[in-house]
Amino acid sequence: MRLLSVARCLRSGGLLLPPVPPGRAALSVGRHDQQQQQPPQPAVTVEVLDHLEQLALVDFRDAEGVERLRKAIQFADLLHQVNTDGVEPMDSVLEDRCLYLREDDVTEGNCTNELLKNAREKVEEYFVAPPGNIPLPKLEERETFLKGS
Amino acid sequence: MAAAVAARGCGGVWRRVWQYGAGGPRPSSRGQWAAASSARGAVVPVGKSGLAPWVPVVGLEIHAQISSNSKLFSGSQVQFAAPPNSLVSFFDASLPGTLPVLNRRCVEAAVMTGLALNCSINKKSLFDRKHYFYADLPAGYQITQQRVPIAVNGSLSYSLCIDNKMSQMVTKTVRIKQIQLEQDSGKSLHDDTRSQTLVDLNRAGVGLMEVVMEPDMCCGEEAAAAVRELQLILQTLGSSQAVMAEGQLRVDANVSVHHPGEPYGVRTEVKNINSLRFLAKAVDYEIQRQIKELENGGTILNETRAFDSKLGCTVPMRDKEGKQDYRFMPEPNLPPLILYDAKSLPANMNHQQVVNIDWIHKRLPDLPSVTRAKLVERYGILPEHSFALLNEDGLTEFFENVVKQTQMKPKKVIGWILNVLLSYLKQHSLTVKESPVSSVLMADLLNLLEKKEISSTAAKQVFAELWKGEGKTPLEIVKEKKLELIQDQKELEQICQAVIDGQENEVMAIKAGNLKVLNKLIGLVQRETQGRSNPVLVKQLLEKKLSE
Repeated sequence: MRLLSVARCLRSGGLLLPPVPPGRAALSVGRHDQQQQQPPQPAVTVEVLDHLEQLALVDFRDAEGVERLRKAIQFADLLHQVNTDGVEPMDSVLEDRCLYLREDDVTEGNCTNELLKNAREKVEEYFVAPPGNIPLPKLEERETFLKGS
Repeated sequence: MAAAVAARGCGGVWRRVWQYGAGGPRPSSRGQWAAASSARGAVVPVGKSGLAPWVPVVGLEIHAQISSNSKLFSGSQVQFAAPPNSLVSFFDASLPGTLPVLNRRCVEAAVMTGLALNCSINKKSLFDRKHYFYADLPAGYQITQQRVPIAVNGSLSYSLCIDNKMSQMVTKTVRIKQIQLEQDSGKSLHDDTRSQTLVDLNRAGVGLMEVVMEPDMCCGEEAAAAVRELQLILQTLGSSQAVMAEGQLRVDANVSVHHPGEPYGVRTEVKNINSLRFLAKAVDYEIQRQIKELENGGTILNETRAFDSKLGCTVPMRDKEGKQDYRFMPEPNLPPLILYDAKSLPANMNHQQVVNIDWIHKRLPDLPSVTRAKLVERYGILPEHSFALLNEDGLTEFFENVVKQTQMKPKKVIGWILNVLLSYLKQHSLTVKESPVSSVLMADLLNLLEKKEISSTAAKQVFAELWKGEGKTPLEIVKEKKLELIQDQKELEQICQAVIDGQENEVMAIKAGNLKVLNKLIGLVQRETQGRSNPVLVKQLLEKKLSE
């Protein structure tokens, strides 16, 4: 079953943001099997969260932020309940669309002043940045909610 | 398995095996092989000198800037030198609300390149985002083709000369893993004094073709030769101007060493290589460094190193934050790229929206290897001559123009082009286009030589005069400097007779059977005539007189 149809099923069941597990999802799996079908949820550990903060520079801020993440993972895990044997993975709803090809003409650019208006600091029409990537301080040294976990 | 694969890169018949310690190779381009000549030609067995042989493995990642008017996903201009941030659109600056729109010319360039490198073109390829943070990448990700690139599984044949003499050339092949389309990043100028980086986004978003070569090479010379051939191919196709000095062709080398029969060693990535010469140096240095390190009991770290051209060595790159996690994800704003061929061509589509692989294939120009073969066949020159002709921009045209305008055989003309013209150009660091001697003048000169109006030595003198670019024709110079060969047979005979009369001892020696002495007499005649006598004719006359 494709993603679109799964989404349609969930929506028609009135489950835009289903709690865990979806009681009425009309999927190919029988209700009784749902508990067993769900894969063991990986613990969302402090290490994982720290790694995510480093990689994506997000700040989980407080318990509510972390809980929202856990819920999001649970929601995504619903996909494991769908039987996708022999189904091509779909990674974009645009897959049947035509990729538009543009002619190789110069149609943009020449707006240095406008772009530089966004810069906090500039030097002679160059953007100014720090000398290199400033690494996020280690967990122990950060002001982060995760420290207390 | 590892040994077999290693053997492929360095030829089945002979294998370059590095042996450090036995007066090991020095990292200087050509001279090194003299020292390692004992190691060349065969695997040196363990125990012969106490040191186990090493097999170096070299792979390359090459980024070629696509030659196009506008960028890969936006309509801003592609140009080398321009005021900072003047060739930047809102999309390139990653302002919210902008979307990528694929440039058709870039797709065609990638298809052309893929076909020229014998790749399979993927009729459906996908775009992905590669995430990392850096000031010259405003979006925080680069759009690339990680899962399904536009072309895969090709090959590139290149030639090397053994013996440094250009008299023996050997052909090698390197496999092309894939070619993918991706965005270039902007440029960072590091200002260490003020502890800041200045960012110019003119280059951000320019289309790149990344060509990934499998680790089939085994030394700097092979790497440089392979890249040189790729450069010529790209320039012939016009898909990239591939000038390394302008950053249109960037090469990163992956280097490792291992013992024959053992698994591949840990590899390092070498960056900051700005010319073919430096590529060879960097690779050879890194091979030597790894061998030295391992023989001293150390280990090789899987790291990125930068080549320092001043010191001729590689150094670990700072600012490398451990192993990167690029968090690849499909580019959600771009559907798959579909290419067509004659069979799959859709009937009703706007033809501007269609890239037809077969149509592009038909219009591919002759690749360098084909041009070389044609030159050899048409003009009877040697393969190494054809390499030399194609290696210098405009030289082939020059050569063909001279051949058209002279009676001299191409086999003789090529000598004058490669040994005289080219060496003058190199000495004065000029390109063929900048040559003060045009193909017309050269043809005139060679005609005089061919008609035996001047000697070969005189011709070289005339060439030197022509090089001054004073506007004189070869004939004018010959008359001015009185370089014509003496045509008057009687005059020549008189001079020969005079020489014979003055060299009694030599004459006796010749009549007694010592014919080598004849050369001395010829030399004397040449001196008398100030080089204006045809040595062949002189020899004939002398022989005739001496036999009377």
